[in-house]
Amino acid sequence: MNTGIDYFALAVLVGLFLLVTVMGFWASNWRRGEHLASLDEWGLGGRSFGTWVTWFLLGGDLYTAYTFVAVPAAMFALGSVAGFFAVPYTIILYPIIFVYMARLWSVSYRHGYITSADFVRGRYGSKELSLAIAITGILATMPYIALQLVGIQAVLEVVGLGGSGGIANVLPLIIAFGLLAAYTHAAGLRAPAVIAFVKDTLIYLVIIVAILYLPGKVGGWAHVFAAAQAKMNAVNPATGKPIGVFIPSAQAYWAYATLALGSAMALFMYPHSVTATLSSRSRNTIRRNATILPAYSFVLGLLALLGWVAIAAGTKPIGLDGHPNAQLVIPQLFKDFFPGWFAGVAFAAVAIGALVPAAIMSIAASNTFTRNIYREWLKPDASHSDEARISKIVALMVKAFALVFVLTLDKQNAINFQLLGGIWILQTFPAVVFGLYTRWFHRWGLLAGWAGGMFYGTMAAYNVVNPATGNHFAGSVSVIPVVGELGYIALTAFAVNALIAAVVTVILDIARVPRGHDETVKADYFADEGDPRVERPLETMNAG
Amino acid sequence: MNHLQNDADASPSGNKALLTLAAALLAIPVVALLWVGSYAKVEPTVAGFPFFIWYQFLWVFLCAACTWAAYCVVRIARPSRKEVRR
Repeated sequence: MNTGIDYFALAVLVGLFLLVTVMGFWASNWRRGEHLASLDEWGLGGRSFGTWVTWFLLGGDLYTAYTFVAVPAAMFALGSVAGFFAVPYTIILYPIIFVYMARLWSVSYRHGYITSADFVRGRYGSKELSLAIAITGILATMPYIALQLVGIQAVLEVVGLGGSGGIANVLPLIIAFGLLAAYTHAAGLRAPAVIAFVKDTLIYLVIIVAILYLPGKVGGWAHVFAAAQAKMNAVNPATGKPIGVFIPSAQAYWAYATLALGSAMALFMYPHSVTATLSSRSRNTIRRNATILPAYSFVLGLLALLGWVAIAAGTKPIGLDGHPNAQLVIPQLFKDFFPGWFAGVAFAAVAIGALVPAAIMSIAASNTFTRNIYREWLKPDASHSDEARISKIVALMVKAFALVFVLTLDKQNAINFQLLGGIWILQTFPAVVFGLYTRWFHRWGLLAGWAGGMFYGTMAAYNVVNPATGNHFAGSVSVIPVVGELGYIALTAFAVNALIAAVVTVILDIARVPRGHDETVKADYFADEGDPRVERPLETMNAG
Repeated sequence: MNHLQNDADASPSGNKALLTLAAALLAIPVVALLWVGSYAKVEPTVAGFPFFIWYQFLWVFLCAACTWAAYCVVRIARPSRKEVRR
């Protein structure tokens, strides 16, 4: 149970928070470019980051605070299919992105693209398809930002702040996000790039200490796994079925594999992943990173196991409102077993861990709005400094919206939307990734496929009902038509999407519907740093 | 043959055999981990860890090795434009 405020933990948390705030503001002078008033500088850090900066930035960006809270929570409450799939997901992620992200980097560098919707616009000459990609990206990112706040809230609640209403309780969250907004406004992508060093160091430190210390305290690893197995195999009285899954049985193989594959394909379709990739200096930076980023996957796997350590430890994650809340399990475990100051370090790791992705996501969403909605549809003659100005304002609005979302609506809404976001974002895969390799697909075919995938995915997710509570959006797996096994809805929707795109392409080609102008050529997909044909917007600044 | 157009509208030539090798190296971890039936079991345990758990942790390292090998192979198969110029 939570009783009162833990002042030691709070002091350490606040101290580390102030440290990153100072670093965030200082970042605006770090590797500063000459033309700050452009999206290349503010939104992509001048496309200047080398292998190690990119490693910290991508690691801090992809492994979000919500992941750190939600994965062990899923392991604790539901077991390995809901939680541990994150490990194969974040392993096979890297061979998959190795294949196509270098191509996206090259063509974006060559043409000055900042978002994946920019690429789709140039490749297919279609404003409409580009708009669909942009809106999907923004819709999928917004709830993700809100969930970073849920990560901070979980920590504050265990420290003893927040939860029971009243302005004093929401104030810490508002202050934290206000500071984040201020230094992101000033420094752009450079702020999360600098803070990522602190975040990643703290995360590694905390998880390695916890994984070495805690299992011995609760009776050793064998006991941890025995306790997890006993809990997962026990029968849930509400459903008459086992509570969760210890090791997947044959019925769950498809679910486990499709969750891993679908999530891996979806992750680099999110605008914040694209932003962090395009901010790197050369074509091979992302490939080198594909070989060293799995270090984070290892840590994520250890963290997932802490969810089972908490079962053996008998952790009782009960919120300040008195109700059990699995999301609190990791903060509560740390509070129960560690001295106040180290619990504070752990809480800071989660809270700072929320800031990095929240900053990059808000930058990525606002870049997408500015490039693919504002400039494309509202003000085609926007200059580079107009773009930077609009993007900074939109980034503030995005963060304010996320704050209001979390403070006024039930958290479950953010979680449902994030689940939907994962399904939706994968529907941009055919237009973006197929487009990196072939122009065979027709622009209207891809748009039809996107619409079909979005519709199917949303309906299928709505129809997943929790048998105990009757709530919709109760999970992300449902029966795959034809195959007849349970599978990740996003991947099924993706198959529907690709099928529609192919069929409509054939029909439209027979009807000789115009295909649109492709401004890219094959060599663009292999361009590297220093390519003589690169269109750097910064060198033609007087255009604005 | 139009010389200029050829330069811009063609993929840089790459060693096909080596690129295929790189693709195979990248496919190995994906196939291994999506084949859930091959590792969804408790035995043999190592230091208390079920096979299901330690086997997937092992693949973190194997996958990094495969990806790194693929990177080296791709660099040989298709040197970047910058390296060609030097």
